[in-house]
Amino acid sequence: MYGKGLRSLSIATAVTLTAAFALGFFYAPMDADQGVMQKIFYVHVPMAIVALLGFVAGAIFAIQHLRSGDRRHDMRSYVAIHMSLILGVGVLVTGSIWAKAAWGHWWLWDEPALVSFLIVFLLYACYQPLRFAIEDPERQARYASVFAIVAGAFVPLNFMAVRMAEAKTHPRVLQDSSNLPGSVWLVFFVALLGMTLLYMTLWRYEMAAKNTRGQIRKLRRRLGADVVAPRSAAPR
Amino acid sequence: MRPTNALLRKELRLEWRTREAVPAMALFSVTTFVVFHFGIQQDAVSGALASGVLWVTLLFAAMLGANRLFVSDVEDSALEGILLAPIDRTALYLAKAVSFVAFLAVVEIVAVPAFYVLLLGPEALDAVPGLLAVLLLADIGIAVSGTLVAGLATQTRSRDLLGPLLGLPLLLPVIIAAARATEPLFAPGGAGALPLKWLAVLALYDVVIGLIAVAVFDFLLED
Amino acid sequence: MPSPRSTDIPAIELEGLERHYGERVALAGVSLTLQCGQTLAVLGPNGAGKSTLLRVLATLLRPHGGTVRVLGETLPAEAWKVRAKIGYLGHEAMLYRDLSARENLTLHARLHEVAEERVGELLEAVGLAKRADDPVHTFSRGMVQRCSVARTVLHDPELVLLDEPRANLDPAAAEIVEPLLAGRTRVLTSHDVRDAETADAVLGLREGRQHPLEGLYG
Repeated sequence: MYGKGLRSLSIATAVTLTAAFALGFFYAPMDADQGVMQKIFYVHVPMAIVALLGFVAGAIFAIQHLRSGDRRHDMRSYVAIHMSLILGVGVLVTGSIWAKAAWGHWWLWDEPALVSFLIVFLLYACYQPLRFAIEDPERQARYASVFAIVAGAFVPLNFMAVRMAEAKTHPRVLQDSSNLPGSVWLVFFVALLGMTLLYMTLWRYEMAAKNTRGQIRKLRRRLGADVVAPRSAAPR
Repeated sequence: MRPTNALLRKELRLEWRTREAVPAMALFSVTTFVVFHFGIQQDAVSGALASGVLWVTLLFAAMLGANRLFVSDVEDSALEGILLAPIDRTALYLAKAVSFVAFLAVVEIVAVPAFYVLLLGPEALDAVPGLLAVLLLADIGIAVSGTLVAGLATQTRSRDLLGPLLGLPLLLPVIIAAARATEPLFAPGGAGALPLKWLAVLALYDVVIGLIAVAVFDFLLED
Repeated sequence: MPSPRSTDIPAIELEGLERHYGERVALAGVSLTLQCGQTLAVLGPNGAGKSTLLRVLATLLRPHGGTVRVLGETLPAEAWKVRAKIGYLGHEAMLYRDLSARENLTLHARLHEVAEERVGELLEAVGLAKRADDPVHTFSRGMVQRCSVARTVLHDPELVLLDEPRANLDPAAAEIVEPLLAGRTRVLTSHDVRDAETADAVLGLREGRQHPLEGLYG
């Protein structure tokens, strides 16, 4: 079910990402202060946006799961959060590199987006340990959904609190967006599109893999093998 | 209302009978102030530092207490007896959260004077009214999140670890707002004005997380 | 003395009840009907699903498939309507050990909206009147059982669900329990064939499925 259209999706992703890279290197203007390192912006910010949207998607799937009891929504929620966490690592790493290259420090406390992203990341990093600590699969799915919903509501609250706390002005790229030339916006949107496609492709890959594994187990059980799934954080 | 009342009385009575959580939290707070004294090597703190020491200490004390919230319910499946009753299960959450606020208040009755004695100068006394307002809103926030997280963590294998692990990031907005709100109150020259915007943030957090917690808590109880 | 019941609707109607634990099957298609006032004995080896069945009927577990109707209400949708009329006595005491017997029962009375005088009456009936104000953790096992029994019938339930009463109640407690359960519909789980002989209906369970009594423990 998830394998349909996977190939065209993968190709579209590859094409868009390549285009984004090419545009970023050859077309986008070089930043006067930061040099070529500023181009990390085209990776860092789209990754952050997609990761956050992924967390929101995880919360929405979780709501659907609790309302319907259908475990497939839980599977979608799990994969969405899982993917966003992986992207989250990328966000923090690229953010750190960019901070060092642009402003000389490996971490910036007065970048509210980065700081609130770190807090969100720390929270969602508990998602899998929480799941792993519950053995009953139904309960694991339910508790994970509860967590995903609360965490999803937490994201905007947290961002607001952190933003308000850092009153100091600091050259933030999106704040000075009125000064940016159109070419920057073009590359940015291509990069955003590429990152979104990447996320969706990886999401589908993982859903397809989990689905297949689940069906194999079902078949084996029907053929009589006593299949006991090992304790795991992933929904089955 | 009646079930919430009955359950709330049960919570308070249990804590009074066993005296497990509250005295430990209070003692922990006072000890932590001493630890801070040696850790930061200051005789007196003011401003942002005072704010930070107070809130970090209260937060960690709260995490200690939150871990104990559902312990007596799990023993002998006492909670199941309540789940069998024809009541709205939200009453359970409300009773727990309100009792948690009460416990935090008692802890603060000990911890805040201790803080004043150990780490604050006398000019900080005019901070008290503002401080009380912040404490109230922050306690509600801690209780609302803490009860939810305790409910999640209680039924897992690593409940002592998961509680704080989940609770700390979730409570960061409360810490941010509370610390910023009390910072001008502890200013070295005497209390400044209480920044109302941070009180608003606390209130917003309390309402949003509270409503969500009430909506999802039932799912933690059913099987 | 139990109040008069409506006896037209069956106490329990199960059709194809399913319940699983992850990928393992706990109950696979159990069907039965039990009329009011009757006693059902559920027999089967350990792990057969007896406790699971009881807990589904008690509204502590939701059914994963099939239809379940208890006292005319469909579970899980109308579980809240039926909780006032069910009593459940499981392996665990379901009492707060740091509270006294009286405090435990008073809490349940308030939650079930039962007059608090009932608490005193029941404490007398189960023989705990003298120790009513001592915390439950000071009780002997038999006393805890009797307190649990009081909790089970405090709200005068029409249907009582008992998990292995023979194993969980000592002779003194069992003697006290009998008159308190009189007139109520009962479902009990057991390993003992004697319970099958005294019951009005019998259900054999093995690996989650219905199984005739012969060869149940084979």
